[in-house]
Amino acid sequence: MSTKLYLGTRKGLIEAERTTTGWSITRCSFIGVQVPMLLPHAAEGMVYAAVEHGHFGTKFHASQDGGATWEERACPAYPPKLDNVPDVINPASQQAIPWDLKKVWALEAGAAPGELWCGTLPGGLFHSLDGGASWHLVESLWNDPGRAKWMGGGAEWPGIHTILVDPRNPHRLLIAISCGGVWESVDNGASWKNIGSGIRAEYLPPEMAFDPGIQDPHRIAWSTAQPDTIWMQHHNGIFHSTDGGQQWREITDAKPSTFGFAVVAHPLDPQTAWFVPGIKDEFRVACDGALCVMRTRDGGQTFEALRSGLPQVHAYHLVYRHCLDVSGDGRTLAFGSTTGSVWISENGGDTWERLSADLPPVYCVRFG
Amino acid sequence: MPSVHFTANLARQTTAPVCEVDGTTVSEALHAVFSQHPTLRGYVLDDQGAVRQHVVVFVDGTAIADRRSQADAVKPESEIFVMQSLSGG
Repeated sequence: MSTKLYLGTRKGLIEAERTTTGWSITRCSFIGVQVPMLLPHAAEGMVYAAVEHGHFGTKFHASQDGGATWEERACPAYPPKLDNVPDVINPASQQAIPWDLKKVWALEAGAAPGELWCGTLPGGLFHSLDGGASWHLVESLWNDPGRAKWMGGGAEWPGIHTILVDPRNPHRLLIAISCGGVWESVDNGASWKNIGSGIRAEYLPPEMAFDPGIQDPHRIAWSTAQPDTIWMQHHNGIFHSTDGGQQWREITDAKPSTFGFAVVAHPLDPQTAWFVPGIKDEFRVACDGALCVMRTRDGGQTFEALRSGLPQVHAYHLVYRHCLDVSGDGRTLAFGSTTGSVWISENGGDTWERLSADLPPVYCVRFG
Repeated sequence: MPSVHFTANLARQTTAPVCEVDGTTVSEALHAVFSQHPTLRGYVLDDQGAVRQHVVVFVDGTAIADRRSQADAVKPESEIFVMQSLSGG
């Protein structure tokens, strides 16, 4: 069971702890500043945080004492763009994609000591081998011709929001991009392949709908016990793969909705995953004003809506893609909403308790 | 020597003291400051060296024209102020 929870919010990094009397909020760092992404790295006793100042850009901080004190480290930065390098044009807006960090949107640990991967808007993947003391842009991906298809999703620019490091082979990576689909590397980022047959984008013309390079996976998650089983919350549905992301099956009959942003997989049981559904596209609120978490325990054959402890009347919460997490044993879950509520379940989602309803908009939820 | 002043909101985030530095352009003056305080660069300039979208630089009461390269001239007695825009908060 996890006993520490970190929340990246619109107004700072907020921590909660579990004691014998239950969960409570214990600390806020970086008050007033956005924290779009963070990474508790328990194996190395570190916590990393991307801190996004409205005026002064994103900075990268590290804590060696669980969040009590922080030191600023290097921030991923795009290299100087030479004049003879042509712009890549965002096909939707016909604007040149900038060579400038717009947001840190994914942060994961690699297998080597101090190894970190960082996904960003406008689509650059960065790699560090020294705990964020230095970073380099993964140019094999940045220079891939397939990047010319990438578009902004909810954001103005394309962004890498998910990085999965294969526990069986740390040189195998999967990343997911809104909107650029799923990409696989089997050589620790030296080369990349766009994968994903069967993923469907209903918001594009029919002849483009199954192009894997323009998909909008909102989030992908795998069970660490069986990484070939992958769940995807896509812009227009839920998809499931059992072959490591090569082929996907669309799931259309999950109730109350197959729209949402967040998904987590049970770390030990590849048949179990959780989603937070909402009303699709321009609405983006809880279905019927009643908040629930959807759970499947049979590999996506059936879903149940978990509502105990969640508001069922006039609830308009939206849960972003990084705002649902599950502990290593698959029992404790937490999620946070754009309207500043956080709920925790200690029984796999059967019942929930609200940690707070008074927080800033929540951008990232991760157990320590 | 030109002097470079930073908004107090920037000094709250990182080391940003008033500096007197050599330089005949805003760029030369800023980079002289950054050579003393390297972390400060990323707070003022973006990855490609342009003034950040929501930062504004004044020289003797006039906002600089060349936000991309900061080639605006400064005089030995000039005062350079690095401020935050009202946008972007």
